[in-house]
Amino acid sequence: MSALIQVKNLSKSYWREKFEIPVLNNISLNIDAGEFLGLMGPSGSGKTTLLNMIAGIDKPSDGEVVVDGNVISGMSESQLAAWRANNVGFVFQFYNLIPVLNAFGNVELPLLLTKLSKAERQQQVETALRIVGLSDRIDHYPKQLSGGQQQRVAIARAIVTDPVILVADEPTGDLDKASAEEILALMERLNKEFEKTIVMVTHDPRAAESASIVHHLDKGDLVKEVVQ
Amino acid sequence: MAIPIHYTLSNFKSRKLTTAITIAGLALVVFVFAAVLMMAAGVEETLQATGEPENVKIVRKSANGEISSIIDGETQNIVQTLPHLAKGEDGGVLNSREPVVVINLTGEDGGFSNITLRGVSKGFGPMRPNVEIIDGRMFNPDLRELIVGEAIRSRFVDAQVGSTIDFAGNDWLIVGEFSAGGSGFDSELWCDASQMLDAFNRGNSVSTITLKLNQASDFEVFKTAFEKDQRLQQFQAQREQDYYGEQSEGLAGFIRVLGIFVTVIFSIGAMVGAMITMYAAVANRATEIGTLRALGFQRRSILVAFLIEALVIALAGGVIGVALATLLQFFSISALNFQSFSEIAFSFAMTPATVISSMIFAIFMGIVGGFLPAVRAARLSIIDALRG
Ligand SMILES: Nc1ncnc2c1ncn2[C@@H]1O[C@H](COP(=O)(O)OP(=O)(O)OP(=O)(O)O)[C@@H](O)[C@H]1O
Ligand SMILES: [Mg+2]
Repeated sequence: MSALIQVKNLSKSYWREKFEIPVLNNISLNIDAGEFLGLMGPSGSGKTTLLNMIAGIDKPSDGEVVVDGNVISGMSESQLAAWRANNVGFVFQFYNLIPVLNAFGNVELPLLLTKLSKAERQQQVETALRIVGLSDRIDHYPKQLSGGQQQRVAIARAIVTDPVILVADEPTGDLDKASAEEILALMERLNKEFEKTIVMVTHDPRAAESASIVHHLDKGDLVKEVVQ
Repeated sequence: MAIPIHYTLSNFKSRKLTTAITIAGLALVVFVFAAVLMMAAGVEETLQATGEPENVKIVRKSANGEISSIIDGETQNIVQTLPHLAKGEDGGVLNSREPVVVINLTGEDGGFSNITLRGVSKGFGPMRPNVEIIDGRMFNPDLRELIVGEAIRSRFVDAQVGSTIDFAGNDWLIVGEFSAGGSGFDSELWCDASQMLDAFNRGNSVSTITLKLNQASDFEVFKTAFEKDQRLQQFQAQREQDYYGEQSEGLAGFIRVLGIFVTVIFSIGAMVGAMITMYAAVANRATEIGTLRALGFQRRSILVAFLIEALVIALAGGVIGVALATLLQFFSISALNFQSFSEIAFSFAMTPATVISSMIFAIFMGIVGGFLPAVRAARLSIIDALRG
């Protein structure tokens, strides 16, 4: 059986005025369903860029990305938007919650893109918030929550549609040690208990320990693969 | 599915001051816009309320106002032979043969203004049932006496009961004040027609004749007879109310054109204000926009959300502007009606059409001001937006 996520000969460069800046060089990578993959490497090595390609918010200059049989690198922009809504959960370094919406409103957002009824949405939001342990904060606004709690709301938002993959870009990068460990424990649980496929970018070797396999990037090349 | 509306509304709470200032700017423009339309409607209401439905006004065809119309004595007698005319207690045809001139009065502010002076025939009472003396008494038709309309008494130092005005080589005593129910007559001075003809040496040629029909519905028959008469070819007969209504068109149209021109210029300022506010909103929320797009919201949902935001601001400005303009109904002002060359006093009149036009104007400003920022928001690339 082929891998859930297949990155095939992917290259990416950005254009600054007339200069081509190569960011990723001919990268190939397979990620199996149920894997918890860590992406490490120095700053500027292209980790975020690779993650964005896998998550379908950026497009390769060359090569392709196939997820669950869909060639997402070939989709139109609006097809991609619909695909992301159904298949990808996002976790960002700075949580990216909508400040004017409370925990419920933030977690509900991705469900507004589905055909679920109001009652069904409410039920799913409550379930997601229960999984991240924030049932009692359902009507709190982001500014009323700690960083760790905000990140848990963001994780609830990422899992509420039950997506195929979770992508996380330095999810513990802005958190203190205790909160970071809580978030990592939660991600491990999502991987083991709920069998979510996770791709996580991190600088932090401790965070990388949660992953089952870690790929190292340097200057746009995959240089090392560590199975844990 | 669209981005929830309460997301839009909640964003206002997080930037109350800029939103309030933008709404105030739009409200001000809508206020001025509505005020102009109310002014024009006020002129129309005042002049269209002038006259009685049964009354017919005869003027010279070539005249574009009462003061430039001349009707000789023979014609005055001919028109009284036409059918369906109401008769008075003495059996004669009810008529008012009116010389009309414009005189100068000193205003409260010291400046001069043109005021219509109208001579009315002795038997005018039954033809103008809405005219009543509210202070002093009616003029004596045998003396150089005047009565003053209620809309001008307060505005002119000369025009007080008991004071005298000098014109046509005579001193005229103001003996009373009359009300004509808020119509254009309230902005006039009246005296006896024959006193006036004598003072101005006009012989018996008056400006207009007003006649009364038995019933308002007799007008068409009357008019047919009037137009058939070869001797009356230089004259025209109109319902009195239509005549004054037409006199309002020039002034009302002028107010509308000038006023709308001015408000359109103002509106550019308000639209730029709305645009700046919306551009700032887009810039401040770039990360939010990137996040929503990453979650799967389409570009058009972002476009619509920001357009709705601009529209809500515009609607709020529109409602406040119209509400403030409504208060103007308690004020009355005056303007020179260049068709009669004299001042006319009127009130701002709020009409449903004005409310609708003002709201459409507000929505228009919102769409124009909000469109480019909304397009900017929708065009942001996800990764650029997420990088902030
Ligand atoms: N939109 C862009 N336009 C131009 N250059 C870009 C763009 N995005 C990324 N880059 C460049 O691509 C390179 C890799 O960026 P990327 O964000 O993927 O690195 P990273 O490994 O995630 O680094 P960090 O650990 O600092 O987050 C950098 O040199 C960056 O400047
Ligand atoms: Mg990065």
